[in-house]
Amino acid sequence: MLFKKLSGVRVKHCKNTADLAPVRIAVPQTVYIPMAMHIGAPAVLSVKVGDSVKVGTLIGESGAGLSSPVYSSVSGTVKKIDEIIAIAGNHVATVVIDSDGEQTIDESISPYEVNTKEDFLAALKKSGIVGLGGAGFPTPIKLNADNSRVDTLVINGAECEPYITSDTRTMLDGADDVAYGISLICKFLEIDNVIIGIEKNKPQCISAMRKATEDMAGVRVMPLPSVYPQGGEKVLAYHTTGRVIPQGKLPLDVGIIVINCTTVAAIAKFIRTGMPLVEKCVTVDGSAVSEPKNLIVPIGTPVGELIKECGGFKEEPRKALYGGPMMGIALPDLTSPILKQTNAVIFMGEKEATPPPVTPCIKCGACIEACPFSLDPVAISKAYKAGEPATLERLKVDICMECGCCSYVCPAKRNIVQRNKMAKSMLRDYKIKQKATEEKKNG
Amino acid sequence: MDDKMLLVSPAPHFRRNRDTQSIMLDVVIALMPAFIASVIIFGWRALLVVTVCVLTCVVCELLFEKLCKRPVTVNDFSAVVTGMLLGFNLPYTVPIWQAVFGSVVAIVVVKQLFGGIGKNFANPAITARIVLLVSFAGAMTNFTIIGTPDGISSATPLVEGGSISTVFFGNYAGQSGNRLLTLFLGNHGGALGETCALAILIGGIYLLCRRVISWHIPVAFIGTAALLGAVAKHNALEYILSGGILLGAFFMATDYSTSPSTKSGKIIFGIGCGLVTFLIREFAGYPEGVSFAILLMNILAPLITMATRKKPFGTKKIKVKGGESK
Repeated sequence: MLFKKLSGVRVKHCKNTADLAPVRIAVPQTVYIPMAMHIGAPAVLSVKVGDSVKVGTLIGESGAGLSSPVYSSVSGTVKKIDEIIAIAGNHVATVVIDSDGEQTIDESISPYEVNTKEDFLAALKKSGIVGLGGAGFPTPIKLNADNSRVDTLVINGAECEPYITSDTRTMLDGADDVAYGISLICKFLEIDNVIIGIEKNKPQCISAMRKATEDMAGVRVMPLPSVYPQGGEKVLAYHTTGRVIPQGKLPLDVGIIVINCTTVAAIAKFIRTGMPLVEKCVTVDGSAVSEPKNLIVPIGTPVGELIKECGGFKEEPRKALYGGPMMGIALPDLTSPILKQTNAVIFMGEKEATPPPVTPCIKCGACIEACPFSLDPVAISKAYKAGEPATLERLKVDICMECGCCSYVCPAKRNIVQRNKMAKSMLRDYKIKQKATEEKKNG
Repeated sequence: MDDKMLLVSPAPHFRRNRDTQSIMLDVVIALMPAFIASVIIFGWRALLVVTVCVLTCVVCELLFEKLCKRPVTVNDFSAVVTGMLLGFNLPYTVPIWQAVFGSVVAIVVVKQLFGGIGKNFANPAITARIVLLVSFAGAMTNFTIIGTPDGISSATPLVEGGSISTVFFGNYAGQSGNRLLTLFLGNHGGALGETCALAILIGGIYLLCRRVISWHIPVAFIGTAALLGAVAKHNALEYILSGGILLGAFFMATDYSTSPSTKSGKIIFGIGCGLVTFLIREFAGYPEGVSFAILLMNILAPLITMATRKKPFGTKKIKVKGGESK
C-alpha cells in the first residue's frame, strides 16, 4: 500500500518457543482467580467459602456496564475469598480454590447453537472472553457496540513482542478455530472484508492462516514488517487498512474492528464447546528458564508453578514479567496468578533483569524518531517537569500507547515511557479539574 | 513458593545496545583519521595542542562536577570529543596557554554552567574557538606552515583577500587539478584538524554508517555552501574543501544538544549553516564563517525543532469526523 509506515524499533525476536506445541500442565493444587482480569468493573462474587465448584462454574458474575464474568478453572472447593493487590495497585477480590485434581466439567457446559446475531452476542456474554492480546477489553462488549459503520475486520496476528509465541501457536495449532471464529463474526456482524496481519518473521503462520482461510471470500492474509509495535491497535489498523484512528477515537469510528487471533480462536472454541475461558496458552521463557515452553495453564495458577514444567530455573530469577519485555509488567513475587489476558511469563536472570544506569539526556532525538505516533518525548518530559498540563495537552501526550520504543532506543537509558505515563495522568487530572470548575461556573 | 525479592522496574525490560559512552566513543574514533592527518601535516605540535585541549577539558569537567557535587560524567567521553574538536579548530602554532584557556571556556562556561551534557545550547568547541578568535585574533589566524618540509608555505586559502578566487597562488597557481588535490589531502595551512578533507570524510562516513549522525545536516550544509559558492562564481569543490566546512558539517553542526532533533529541522539547520557561512565568507571581515554560522544556528535550533515538530498520529484536524476541533 502506498503510504508511509509508522516508525518503531527493530527488537530482537527471541521466538525460541515458536516450534514448541503447547503442553498442558499438571493441575495445580490451588488456584487464585481474581475478579478483575479485564478493563472495566470487577466481576461480582457468586460463590462463598466451602462451595464446591467444577471446571466452568461461574464464580463471578459480570458487573454492570463494562465487565466480564469469571469462571472456575479447576474442580474443587472454594477455600478462601482473599484480596490481592492487582498490578494497578488496587485491591481485588480473589477466589482461592483447592483443586481436587479431577477437573470435572460443570454440567451446564454444552455447545451453543447460534443462528442469529442476538443468539451469538447473548452467548458471547457468558464466555468470559476478553482481549487476549494483553489489553483485556471484554470482547462481547466490543462486538456488541454500534458496529453499523464497520466494514473491515482486522485480525491481529502480529505478535510483535519478543519471546512470546502463544499467538504463533494459536495460528499453527488452531488455524481452523481462527477461521471458524472469523466466519462467525463476519456472518453475524455482516462484515465482508477481513485482513489477517502477521509479521513476516512468522512465515509458518502466514502459510497456515492462508491455507485455513483459502476457501473464505474476502479474507486476506497480509504479511507485515517485523517492526515493533506492529501489533499495537492503531498501528495495525493503519498498516493493514491505511485508515488513521483519530485521537480519542476507536477503530470502529473508522469502520474497523481489530481483534487478536487468539481471542477469535477462543470465540470459536466457546461456541463449539460451550466452555468459557478458563485456560490460557502461556509462553514461558527468559534467560532464567532452563527449558522455554508453551504451556496450557488453568487461569489462576501462580506463575511460580509454571517453572516446574520448564525444567526449573537455570539461574536465580531476578525479574518475572506478565507479558513480553517491551510492555510486560514486572511482578513483585512468584505467587501472582495467570490472568485471562496473560500470554507469556518471562523470567529474567540477573544480567537480563538489571536495568542499565540512567545518564543525562543528550538530546539526540532518538526517541522522537522511534515514536510510532510522532510524539516528542523530550518536550513532554520538559513540560511534565515544569508542571504544565496545558503544554502536555498541546503535545498530545494522551495518544501515547506506552509501547516503550522511546525508552528502548534511549542511549541515556532514561525511563521515558514511564515519564509519559505520569504526564498522561497529570493531563487526566488537569482535565477533570478543568471540567469541575467549568461545571461550577455554569451553575 | 520461594519469596526471593524480585526486581520491579518499569517497562520496557529490553534496551538497545547503545549508550552515551558508545556514541561518544564512536565520535572519537571518527575523529582519529583527521587527528593522524594533522600530525602528519603539521608535525608533533599538533599532537601537543590536541592533547592539551583534551586533558584540560576532561580535568575541567571532573573538577567542576566534583565542586558542584554533580554526578561525574567524565567517563561518557563527551569532554574528550569537545577537547579534540577544539584542538582541531586551532592553528598548530597557537600558544599552549591559549589552548588551555579555550578549553576552560568550552567546558566550564559553555557546557557546565548551563547544566552539563545535553543542556548547553551552544556548541562548546565552536564557542570557545570564537572566544579565542576575537580575543587573540593574531595567534588564531596564524595559519602558516613552517616546520614541515613537504608543506606549502602559504596562508589558508581563505585568509588573503577574503575571496577565494584570489587566494591560490605560489607553486600551484593555475593548476586546478593539483590545487584540488592539495585541498583534498590537506597539505596546506589552516586550523590543524580541518585541512585534510579525506580524513574528515572517512570519519564522517564512519559516523553515518554507525548511525551516530544522519545525513541531513552535513548534506544540507555542504550542499548549500557548494551551491551558493558556485552561484558566486567560485569553484564549488574548492569552496567546500577549504576552510572548516567539512569538519563543521560532519562533527560540529551535528552535535545533538545544539541542533534540531527533527529530520526536517536538521535540513533547515544545515541550509542555514551553509547560507551564513557563505554570507560571512563573501561579505564579512572574518576569513572563515563556519564557526559563526554554526553558533548562530545553534541559537535558532530549539525554535527550529519547535516549528518542525511533526503532527502526532491521528491529530490532524481534517481527519476528525464531525468537525470537532481536537
